[in-house]
Amino acid sequence: MTLFEARIEITHRPGILDPQGANVERALPALGYQNVRDVRVGKSIRLVLDAPDAETAAAQVEEMCHRLLANPVIEHYAVELMAIAAEPAEASAR
Amino acid sequence: MSVRIGVVVFPGTNCELDVLEGVERVGASGELLWHADADLHGVDAVVVPGGFAHGDYLRTGAIARFSPIMDSVRAFADAGGPVVGICNGFQVLTEAGLLPGALQKNAGLKFLCETATLRVETAASALTLLARPGDELRIPINHFEGNYVCDPATLERLRADERIVLRYVDNPNGSLDDIAGICSEGRNVVGLMPHPERASDTLLGSTDGVVLLRSLVAAAVADLAATG
Repeated sequence: MTLFEARIEITHRPGILDPQGANVERALPALGYQNVRDVRVGKSIRLVLDAPDAETAAAQVEEMCHRLLANPVIEHYAVELMAIAAEPAEASAR
Repeated sequence: MSVRIGVVVFPGTNCELDVLEGVERVGASGELLWHADADLHGVDAVVVPGGFAHGDYLRTGAIARFSPIMDSVRAFADAGGPVVGICNGFQVLTEAGLLPGALQKNAGLKFLCETATLRVETAASALTLLARPGDELRIPINHFEGNYVCDPATLERLRADERIVLRYVDNPNGSLDDIAGICSEGRNVVGLMPHPERASDTLLGSTDGVVLLRSLVAAAVADLAATG
């Protein structure tokens, strides 16, 4: 088994109102940042999981996103997956 | 024997006693149903009341749909039983897939606590059986995430099937098509952001919610007659 870290970024889907992003976008020019646009506020979820290989881990995280972590009606998600430790490597590292 | 209405309680629910009183005021008997208990105790209708189920962690209503009681509520709804989700309860029903769409943050990014005027759009739902289309009702709203959204195809279906049950006369939250409440294809599951139980006594400033609570009782009676 390999240990994977998944970083999931959840944002509003295009076309869905992002009131927080819109308010931040209105606030930044007040501080002098007149050149800012397209502000989106989302959330970030990090989790660690054991899986036999990267494909299995990716499929599981995808399923988690669809079933719980994001609401596909209003949210878009992007997953970044990386192996953080493989057990055989750990054993040989002493 | 009076109609028995079950009121679901999750950790963080806070409108259960108001709903209980509201339904009792219209002649039903109310029963609190704890979310961890999958048994609906034979109630004739179910209300998922307002509050912050499971702290609204992750998203409003997102965790609540995994509570043991929700499988039973789904089975009850599939069999035609009347189910109403009020405010957070509406959010729970959309997350559970019992109603389409989702509730996002209010367009003005403000928590809204005020009385809204709603127009009854159809009498063909478990919550409006006794109301007349065109009736205007003054009922309090109390939410941050009440801005209804769905994809264009879903909206088209909701309109074509007349499943938009209540609309805001003066849209307070940016809700798509002024939607305040919708119903399922079977018309027995209804979700709405306004709180009818908070407009069920002259002491509360309005009794316009009574017709909705009475309708729910009537829907439960009709369902009992249909299913024996």
